[in-house]
Amino acid sequence: MPPIQTALAIEASGLVKRYGEKVALDGVSFEVPRGTVCGLLGPNGAGKTTAVRILTTLAEADAGSARVAGLDVHASAKAVRRLLGLAAQEATVDGLLTGRENLIMIGELHHLGRRTSVARADELLDQFALTDAAGRLAKTYSGGMRRRLDLAATLVARPEVLFLDEPTTGLDPRARNELWAVLDTLVGEGTTILLTTQYLEEADRLADDIVVIDHGRVIARGDAAGLKRQVGGSQLFATVADAARLPEAAGILARVSGSAPEIDEAARSVHAGGDEGPRAVARLGEALADAGIEVEDLGLRRPTLDDVFLTLTGAPADAGADAPQAAEVGG
Amino acid sequence: MSVRIPVPAERRGGLARDTWVIARRGLLHIRRQPEALADVTLQPVMFVLLFAYVFGGAIQVEGGDYQEFLMGGIFAQTIVFGAFGVAIGLAYDRSNGAIDRFRSLPLSQGSVLGGHAVASLLRGLLPIVLMSLCGLIVGWRITTSVYEAAGGYLLMIAFSFAIVWVGVLLGSLLPTPEAVQGVAFTVLFPITFIASTFVPADTLPEPLQTVANWNPVSAVSEALRVLFGNPTSESDAWPMEHPIVYSVIWIIAIVAICAPLAIRAYRRTIAR
Ligand SMILES: Nc1ncnc2c1ncn2[C@@H]1O[C@H](COP(=O)(O)OP(=O)(O)OP(=O)(O)O)[C@@H](O)[C@H]1O
Ligand SMILES: [Mg+2]
Repeated sequence: MPPIQTALAIEASGLVKRYGEKVALDGVSFEVPRGTVCGLLGPNGAGKTTAVRILTTLAEADAGSARVAGLDVHASAKAVRRLLGLAAQEATVDGLLTGRENLIMIGELHHLGRRTSVARADELLDQFALTDAAGRLAKTYSGGMRRRLDLAATLVARPEVLFLDEPTTGLDPRARNELWAVLDTLVGEGTTILLTTQYLEEADRLADDIVVIDHGRVIARGDAAGLKRQVGGSQLFATVADAARLPEAAGILARVSGSAPEIDEAARSVHAGGDEGPRAVARLGEALADAGIEVEDLGLRRPTLDDVFLTLTGAPADAGADAPQAAEVGG
Repeated sequence: MSVRIPVPAERRGGLARDTWVIARRGLLHIRRQPEALADVTLQPVMFVLLFAYVFGGAIQVEGGDYQEFLMGGIFAQTIVFGAFGVAIGLAYDRSNGAIDRFRSLPLSQGSVLGGHAVASLLRGLLPIVLMSLCGLIVGWRITTSVYEAAGGYLLMIAFSFAIVWVGVLLGSLLPTPEAVQGVAFTVLFPITFIASTFVPADTLPEPLQTVANWNPVSAVSEALRVLFGNPTSESDAWPMEHPIVYSVIWIIAIVAICAPLAIRAYRRTIAR
């Protein structure tokens, strides 16, 4: 395989994709430098899968162009397929083949030859802790095992550019951490990764750069720290036992955090921005206790995808998910 | 991590090799699905036995036993039903993402469809062999020369090949395996019965007789009877007088029309 010659592993420019009336992508552009991890972050229906399908040659854009490893995905589809690995959103392992047969078949379809395919399959089964289940039909695997097999299948030919569509959906926390560790190893070896996710935390943990999309448009991009700065950092919050004392609690919170608090009557909680960290939590707890307010929960809440969306679009992530024109682009 | 096995530069893949890898997978699928396996083994054998013994006494054909008349028809019907297998296989692959997985690999163009086609052709051979054996047991005999008999089997293979494309077309146009099943029962089933498959066409009511006489399933049934030296349905409609020529015309027409349509439909459904 020839190494990637260009500095950019992925270039998307002005991608548009329509499904009938529905505009799934409305001019999406971004670049991923070679050897880095890019997180494509967005809520349901944002257009993440559509973007991945175009970049991996599975779908054709109605307008715009895309290059992977410097090769046009439309004009050089086959060369692009040789370089990429794709783990689709729904695991696509073959349930009627065993785990081992699945991997060997992928190797053969990559033209690795029978013997190399077998050796590579066994190596990956071992790496993904599937050796014990290697001889079982994949339809008998648990969801997490199927995901791991799917990812192993993606890595058979050592792709230079890896596309992972919501790779950790359906994994338990331990499996998720293991997967993250595998991705770290791959990045260490120089693989470029584009992963989609709905969780800022995951993008934060893995990605060098984050591209936030909503309704088929890029609404923000940058590294995790930058995005969080836009959102305003962590939130200090307290949930009280007696809703009647919310205003009083809000006053105390305002004093401790130094910024204007918001009251959520339904959740019986107050919250406010502020970057003072854990010490502010301790001071808030003390102040509330001194005032004799019974507290049920107290802490620092890290910004979530919802907060990012609230800040960037002025609307919660899921509101009007099917109305492409709803979002006012702010970023 | 364990030892790194170097992945060699890509070897010349070739359509044939890719097609065979996909075909082998299709054959494994059949072996591992009891209902698919029954479709190509038990069902044809049951059909031969049921028709031979249930209708055998009631239906008179000129110039021989009903068992001998029956075999040509039952071969033809089984081949037509082969279309289900291809269509369901494709619809299944499309609904569970396997086609997407294949398309993200550097496969030779046409190898996914080719693999499905080869697998279903090979799968089609098994019931033909089983039914031949079963036929011999119930009293069917080939009374013609080796060449004519070989011609009969060749005709079956050619007809199977044509039917594969009907299956690809169905599998590309219909979204789910269930939809395929529905169409199969409402369209393919009647086509194989309004024909001289199981009874001579002249025993049918007048309008159906015309349909049956010009039905390709009748033509193939009748051509096989001629090639194997079995009693024929003795109809004097043109297609029934020239069943071999008429069958070949149909086979060519089905391939010429269905194959391009099927490939187009398939491309369109996968490239969304
Ligand atoms: N094949 C299709 N036909 C019609 N509409 C489609 C098709 N694929 C996607 N869409 C629409 O395009 C939009 C973007 O879908 P996409 O699957 O890319 O979103 P996503 O960001 O991957 O969402 P999720 O997080 O739910 O996976 C959605 O509104 C979806 O309904
Ligand atoms: Mg998606």
